[in-house]
Amino acid sequence: MMSGTASKGEASNPDSLLEGPPELALRNISKRFGAIVALDDVSLEVNRGEVLALLGDNGAGKSTLIKCISGVHHVDSGVIELSGKPVQIRSPADARSVGIETVYQDLALFDNLGPSANFYAGRELAGPSWLPRGMRILRGREMDKATRKLLDQLRVVLPNFDAVIGLLSGGQRQAVAVARAAAFATRVVVLDEPTAALGVRETRQVLDLIAHLRNQNNAVILITHNMDHVIDIADRAVVMRRGRKVGEIKPKRENQQQIVSMIVGA
Amino acid sequence: MVEPAALATLEDSPRMKTNTVRSHDNASVHDERGEAARSRFIKLSLASLRFGPGLILVILVLTLGLCSQYFFTARNLGNVLAQTAAIAVLAMGQHLVILTRGIDLSVGSVLALSSVVGALVYRQVHSGTLIIAVMIGTGLAVGFVNGFVYVWGRLPHPFIITLATLSIARGLALELAGGAAIPGMPDIILFLGGGSIGGVPASALAACAVALALAGMTRWLVWGRWIYSVGGNPDAARRTGIPTKGVLLSVYMISGAAAGIGAVLTSGRTAAGSPLFGNLAELDSIAAVIIGGASFLGGRGHIGHALIGALMIGIIRNALNLLNVDIFFQLIVIGVIIVLAVEADVLRGRLEARFRVLQSLGVK
Repeated sequence: MMSGTASKGEASNPDSLLEGPPELALRNISKRFGAIVALDDVSLEVNRGEVLALLGDNGAGKSTLIKCISGVHHVDSGVIELSGKPVQIRSPADARSVGIETVYQDLALFDNLGPSANFYAGRELAGPSWLPRGMRILRGREMDKATRKLLDQLRVVLPNFDAVIGLLSGGQRQAVAVARAAAFATRVVVLDEPTAALGVRETRQVLDLIAHLRNQNNAVILITHNMDHVIDIADRAVVMRRGRKVGEIKPKRENQQQIVSMIVGA
Repeated sequence: MVEPAALATLEDSPRMKTNTVRSHDNASVHDERGEAARSRFIKLSLASLRFGPGLILVILVLTLGLCSQYFFTARNLGNVLAQTAAIAVLAMGQHLVILTRGIDLSVGSVLALSSVVGALVYRQVHSGTLIIAVMIGTGLAVGFVNGFVYVWGRLPHPFIITLATLSIARGLALELAGGAAIPGMPDIILFLGGGSIGGVPASALAACAVALALAGMTRWLVWGRWIYSVGGNPDAARRTGIPTKGVLLSVYMISGAAAGIGAVLTSGRTAAGSPLFGNLAELDSIAAVIIGGASFLGGRGHIGHALIGALMIGIIRNALNLLNVDIFFQLIVIGVIIVLAVEADVLRGRLEARFRVLQSLGVK
């Protein structure tokens, strides 16, 4: 195994042109699983209205990093800040409540339920509020209506609104997962390989949704292996290798080769 | 070197099984009329799949009516309903557990334990409502143990713990009762188990009341939605902030309580508490859920499925009795029907997926 030339930082070029603290900042995050160091002193920042691409080969630590942000994993050391204030994210519910939405690689959809139940999973509209959460009565029609409206706004077309998610095509499922994040995100949206295994047209739709998220002034973190998408949509790219951040770069057509060599460490 | 992200995704499986259902863009053009006929055919197929178990029940009833002249007599029908009531209640509790991808093997033993505890308390205190509360409470308690050990003991599957409580509850019931039935039940329980209102057995009405309550709760309450979410995708449920552990605990407690209600009905029918009640009832209840058309894989089906399944089992038993089929052979028949029902569940799932894909392509 090759020795890490990790700290070289070939093209560190953080464009800190914005005033005020970044929307989301990770400061010196480390995470280990037993003897394996998954994240080693990783720091990065994302601003509102910006798409940050998180790049790296398989096992570079991208997924672990975003799972720390979305509350699935707990960081061993380091600080997560939202608009300059340190936050404790102990669970996915915590992350959601502070305005961080995540589109997981496996989409985290409920195949046995319809779109609106998927949209509102874990945050069902229900009442009356003096009852404990589980005992409240669902406001199904309200949720259906809101979901329909959101899907329309995002131009996500489903063949049959009442059908369960499991019977939709891959692209439709992906679109629903991204739309769900888009619907509820207030600050940060994290997307883990949202275009993997999609056709051309479906990919286009998901990329449009991501652009939409950015235009709504969210801070967007995007994991992808597709360089074209990175150049197409990302404002900035952070490259990881073997659990460390090895560089930060503004992705352009011209420096595509450079990015690739940062990823593979050649 | 093991790669942590990969480890994490491994843990994330059960992943979507329906990936195979993904449709492809369909460029072929159909003429309008063929399209309409096809869509009607698909709708019809889907409907018949959905109501399949109900249809089979109707066909079964009609066939049996033809086979035996006694089947359609009021007395026999009342008998069927009364015999089915307890199984139906157990099946409804079991259904909630199966919705969450679980299984509760203890219900038959819990029924026996509840009836014995009720009978013992009845020796001391002659209050009908108290005895009912004691029986249901006993069921709740065992259900709590099941759910608690499963969830907080981090067991991989509820099979083991409920198998253990199957043994423990039965043993406890035998121990407490000294191995024999304890006669004596309060009037209200005698009525619930053996009485009737306008010719309809009270136990059947009680089962219907339980069905309505559970159907309403699973359909309209947030808690009900959570049960389906946990059954559909446990990982996603956790990640969306659904209190998965509480949901799981609650379904095992309800299954226990259902066994308690089953004890009330059974004890009332025989005017005694017995440690031998509910023998193999766990199998009947599981069979009822599956035969009724709920999915063994969790997240699919509603209370009506459990009811239909229980009725089917009750009717088949009854018919085999009427037709003088001996009791050993009945066991074999029920077993074969379970196999067929599970296979039908698999087939139905596939067919439904295929029809849905066709449907979605048609609409595009």
